This record gives sequence, C-alpha cells and structure tokens, in this order.
Amino acid sequence: MAERVEVHEPFADPAQQHAADMLGMYIFLASEIMLFGGLFAVLFVCRILHPQEIAAASKELHLWIGGINTAILLTSSLAVAIAVQMARQGSRGAVIISIVTAAALGSGFLILKGIEYRLEYSDGLLPGFSTAAKFANPAAHLFMNIYLISTALHALHLSIGILLLAGLVWRLLRGSLPLPKRASVVEVSGLYWHLVDVIWIFLYPALYLVR
Amino acid sequence: MRTIRPLLLVWVALISLLGLTIAASFALTGPLSLMTSMGVATVKAALVYWFFMHLREEGGLIRLAALAGIAWLMIFFFLAGADYATRGAG
Repeated sequence: MAERVEVHEPFADPAQQHAADMLGMYIFLASEIMLFGGLFAVLFVCRILHPQEIAAASKELHLWIGGINTAILLTSSLAVAIAVQMARQGSRGAVIISIVTAAALGSGFLILKGIEYRLEYSDGLLPGFSTAAKFANPAAHLFMNIYLISTALHALHLSIGILLLAGLVWRLLRGSLPLPKRASVVEVSGLYWHLVDVIWIFLYPALYLVR
Repeated sequence: MRTIRPLLLVWVALISLLGLTIAASFALTGPLSLMTSMGVATVKAALVYWFFMHLREEGGLIRLAALAGIAWLMIFFFLAGADYATRGAG
C-alpha cells in the first residue's frame, strides 16, 4: 500500500508518516482521557463516601434510554471503522455512506439525550435547571451535578465529533480528500470518534448502573 | 464484505457485553456490581482500542502512546483510592 499514500515533508516514508499521525492523535486523546478521568475520580469518591444514597440516585436515571444510547454509539463506531476500511480501499461512495450513517447515529444519541434531560427536568432532578428540585438528599444532588456535568461534557465532545465527520463528508463531496492517498485523515478523525464512544462505555455503567 | 467481517463480529461482541452489563446491574449490588460493570466496560474499551482504533495493526511505540494516558489515570485512581479507603483507619 506504500505507493498509494502521499508522503509529505519531513517524512521519509509512508510508515513513518503514519506513525506520526497516529502518535499525535493518541497523545491528544490522552489529554481527553485525563480530562474525563478527573470526573470519574470524583464519581468514585462520591460512591465510596455515600454508597446507599448514590445507588438510590442512580436508580432514578433512565437506564433504558442510556442503554439504547450506548448501543447507538457502539453502532456508530462500527460505521466509522467501516469508513476507514473503505477509505483504505479507495471506495469514496462507501466512505461517505458510512460516515453519514455514523453522524446520523451520533445526532440520534444527542436527540435521545435531550429527551432524557427533558424527563429529568420535569422530574425535578436536573441541577441548575429544575426550578422545584426534588433531590432525596444532598448526596443525590451531588450525584446529579456530576451526572449533568459529565454527560454534558460528553455531549459537547460528541457534537465536535459530528462536526468533524460532517467536515469529512464535505471534503469528500468536494473532491478535496483523495482516497486512498489521504485515508489517514479518515483514520485519525475515526480515533477521536472511537474515544468519545469509549468514554461513554465507562460513563454508562458509572452513572446508570450503580447498585 | 471480507474486510469488514471482523469489524461486524467486534460489534456483535460489544452489543452482547452491553446486554451482559445491564443484566448484571439487576443481579449484583455493592462492590461486586462496581467491579463487574467496570470490568465489562474495560473489555469493551479494549475491543474498541484493539480493532476499531487500529492498535492491532500498530507497532509498540503507538500502543505505548495509546495506553500511556490510561496508565497514568490508573496511578492517580490508585493514589486517590488508597487515601479514601484508609481514612477510617485513623
């Protein structure tokens, strides 16, 4: 596949250029892991300090909406992984279809998340928004604070991911992203999407499945 | 189809693990529930990293870079955990 990739300065060969692409993205993703890691640390400490209250608060969340959203994100990751395979083979049409599918699934996640926030708002469980808040105890209030901050930060990342995918589709349609020469762009964008998925893989049990 | 077959199998595994973790949440409580749900999440993340995020195809340097952030996070969790787990001991 060596001659199918465009090598830029200062790289000597495609393998070195590929390693640099992946390395740069993985190091950026490490900073994202640390960002969300802090929220997970707070969540686990809360759980150690108030096990009963947090478990009760977690049961108030909409487990099935979260579960369906997890399945949606996992499927979107499959679509992105297929897009990368297709990009390496140079099948532009298949790449566009896969990426649009992934972005649509990501948007579906955000819509469901919005419906879920709306339900929590009317249950009086959304901190800062619910006017007549009905938290069972201060620990439950704390848990819902972490819930709102971590899921909102995740939704922000997912929105950035959707914009990133939309940008790829735009470039593919304009013809400014020749494949398979520039398949690395699809690969690296895919890494970001998968990381946002991995963060949700941990957020879902940490928030919704506390028992 | 041949090239995406492994990806489809990984997806089937991920969805099955999602079903498993939801089922486990109805059966288990306390520390056992936490360990199971985080264990299943780790397996799911490993599948995503290994297959979807191409670690399977990469060399040692990239694998190291990919796992460095997680390794540091585990060190911080261990230190914070050691603090909170031993506070009762006075």
